[in-house]
Amino acid sequence: MSENYAIEMLHITKRFAGIVANDDITLQLKKGEIHALLGENGAGKSTLMSVLFGLYHAEEGEIRKDGKTVEIRDPNDANDLGIGMVHQHFKLVECFTVLDNIIMGVEPNKMGFLQKKDARKKVLELSEKYGLRVDPDALIEDITVGMQQRTEILKMLYRENEILIFDEPTAVLTPQEIEELMRIMKNLSAEGKSILFISHKLNEIMAVADRCTVLRKGKYIGTVNVKDTTMEELSAMMVGRNVNFHVEKTPAEPGEVLLDVSHMTVASKVHKNNAVRDVSLKVRAGEVVCIAGIDGNGQSEFVYGVTGLEPLVSGQITLLGKDISHLPIRKRNVSGMGHIPEDRHKHGLVLDYSLENNLVLERYFEPEFTSGAGFLKKKNIRSYAEKLIDNFDVRSGQGAVTPARSMSGGNQQKAIIAREIDRNPRLLVAVQPTRGLDVGAIENIHKRIIEHRDAGNGVLLVSLELDEVMDVSDRILVMYEGEIVGELDPKQTTVEELGLYMAGAKKDEVSAE
Amino acid sequence: MKNLLKKDGVQSFVASLICIVLGLLIGYIVLLFINPTGAGAAIMEVIKNFFHYSKPALQLKNFGNTLVKTAPLLMCSLSVLFCYKVGLFNIGVAGQYVAGSCAAIYCALQLGWGWLPCLLAAIIAGSVFGVVVGLLKAYRNVNEVISGIMLNWIGLYLSNMLLSNVKEVASPYTLHIKTEAAKALLPSFGLDKLFNGNQYITLAIPLSVIVAVVISVVLNQTKFGYELKATGLNRNAAKYCGMAEKRNIIVSLAIGGSLAGLGGALLYLTDYEQWLCTGSSVPGMGFNGIAAAFLGGLNPIGTVFSSYFIQHITSGGAFVDKTMYCSQISDLISSIIIYLCGFVLFIKYAMNNIIAKREKKAAAAGPEAPQPEAPKPAEADNGKGGEA
Repeated sequence: MSENYAIEMLHITKRFAGIVANDDITLQLKKGEIHALLGENGAGKSTLMSVLFGLYHAEEGEIRKDGKTVEIRDPNDANDLGIGMVHQHFKLVECFTVLDNIIMGVEPNKMGFLQKKDARKKVLELSEKYGLRVDPDALIEDITVGMQQRTEILKMLYRENEILIFDEPTAVLTPQEIEELMRIMKNLSAEGKSILFISHKLNEIMAVADRCTVLRKGKYIGTVNVKDTTMEELSAMMVGRNVNFHVEKTPAEPGEVLLDVSHMTVASKVHKNNAVRDVSLKVRAGEVVCIAGIDGNGQSEFVYGVTGLEPLVSGQITLLGKDISHLPIRKRNVSGMGHIPEDRHKHGLVLDYSLENNLVLERYFEPEFTSGAGFLKKKNIRSYAEKLIDNFDVRSGQGAVTPARSMSGGNQQKAIIAREIDRNPRLLVAVQPTRGLDVGAIENIHKRIIEHRDAGNGVLLVSLELDEVMDVSDRILVMYEGEIVGELDPKQTTVEELGLYMAGAKKDEVSAE
Repeated sequence: MKNLLKKDGVQSFVASLICIVLGLLIGYIVLLFINPTGAGAAIMEVIKNFFHYSKPALQLKNFGNTLVKTAPLLMCSLSVLFCYKVGLFNIGVAGQYVAGSCAAIYCALQLGWGWLPCLLAAIIAGSVFGVVVGLLKAYRNVNEVISGIMLNWIGLYLSNMLLSNVKEVASPYTLHIKTEAAKALLPSFGLDKLFNGNQYITLAIPLSVIVAVVISVVLNQTKFGYELKATGLNRNAAKYCGMAEKRNIIVSLAIGGSLAGLGGALLYLTDYEQWLCTGSSVPGMGFNGIAAAFLGGLNPIGTVFSSYFIQHITSGGAFVDKTMYCSQISDLISSIIIYLCGFVLFIKYAMNNIIAKREKKAAAAGPEAPQPEAPKPAEADNGKGGEA
């Protein structure tokens, strides 16, 4: 019976100093199935995949391919066995074309001269066969995240990989792109490819997967047929308790205006048109205002303009009655603005700093942490960091001194959120605060955001997740091509209507109120 | 022992030692090729340096000479190290050193200033050279290596031009500071007595060590150091949290430049050497500073020792038997060793790899894991799925 399996990982145990990352885990991937691997951050999914790719060696257990025991010493072995992976953070060369990226490492050549013609033909065939729309001549830096991901998939197909691993592939995609990816995955499995789908988004697993293996805290919980289970059952398996999907909150009681953006225009880095055009909006105390929209419609640039990462072309920003349009970032921050950035690796953290140094990144200059003579008060930094780690349940290998780089994505995000919320900013700008996080962590972060609102502060939330937009916000502003095209009340609107606005099919004249 | 090897400081130290041994070995092999009979003796001379002399008095005096040239080298390596922490490769250190030297000599001989103002002039000249690179980097994103190298040459020829005004009539060298501008000579505070009356021993030596300690404190204990390192490690995050990252780049290069500039003054204001006004190559002191910074594990205190070592080798090269080897051999051997010194980071990387592999092996062999028996399918049925 084992010949039905494309790959089997049997009784895998992998220990690190002090912890058992994988404790007797068995994962069996059938040929042609879509198999989901579900678990919270730190459940051991990444470790298990690293074992499969030969990056780590398991202390116990064996790996079988087509029923035969194999040894995978390094990623080359994995590649030879036909195992390919789309990583959460793409491994693409930005200044190369799609085609160049696909053939990279296996360039077809005659006596050292590239033979791109054949490669292009093969790529176009593959792209047609599986419905993977790409422009082979576009540069990676110019194309959308969705197309970048399709490039990664084509890379695997070009190498004729039979076992395709998707590591949280939807974390970076828009709802439309997610739908397209689901379609592609089904196509691939219909063509006989075996797919391992690492995720913690239950609705996606329900939509696309055939079977699902659940891990929790390094332990194997079970494998279920998706058809025979429910979202509630899966989430209980994953978290070990029942999760409340709905965000508990009382109706908003908007108070005074905290943030007043009027006629703001911000230039674009990628094209000549302005990314944000003449946008006006207000955020009041005690409300969560959400900017919804498909990725790339100017939300990022809008946040850059408000937080000071990019200069304004025109317009005015007022925070708590103070004109901050041209203030440097530090002054905006100490005037009462907190910012959970979109990209935690680029902006949010100094990855090679310790966790404690990262937790004081916005406060190190305050008298509590720096003496008058400019010396750091390391004791205070340590105790402050330990307090935040405790309050916000930030988990890491060595506590306050752990290098941020070695922490899991979810805990990195928790550290940023702890840092920003603990400063108690009157206005919290939160950009995709739950991106790439698991259900338990999302629930926790949503709770924190609502608490922050209830304490009389304003929250400007930018999100691509429709559920988050609908559940957390008190007011939705839809951004399309750099303009606010609609203001919606989450209690009255539907996801469908929101989608129409996001796609630019519907448009209102929106006043700044 | 194994855990000890995992410590960063220990690793840096061991890696540096490995580099030194490798450098000596390759130097020895080169000597063997050129003239096998004298190779062993020659390499021993390089290692022995001032122990070449049998009299303790002479040894002490020559030990002093090595220290005199260690001080400027230490300043150059601190300059490189400081900028490296902010993520900048300050190859312009050589030009900053030249600018500082020139300013000190010019102020001493032409303007007749005292030693303290001469030191300050050197610091300012060096930092100006650093700031130019910093401004270009911060505002125009010009690579600091390119602009630094070009400034090295500008600095060299500018110095040759300016210092030609104060050169000896009969030689291409500048006048002796000791005889022509005695008040610019660095004070010795009686330190010369410790080195058998070596007249070149001055304040420069303790001062350079003090600067190393100060740099160490600034980088590790202060808000300023926290900001600089954050900027070096992630410029975007530094900007995000409101640090003036552009200013940090400029300031760090200004400080790096002033360190190198001070280094130049610390050598020439001892009158140990005179400036060669017809020189057509940038003095190697700055470039050696790069090697010293890496050999010292990019740690300010480490560079004190690595600078001494590199100068020890360089000085030792002078004792190689010139009847067996041509006169350039001493420079060749010391530069081979210095070159190898740049490989510290590589050796560290290799060491980590070896440790990781050993651990893997130990882990694989360690626990007597019973082989898993027949696979237990995780679920009862295996017929479903696969269809989409």
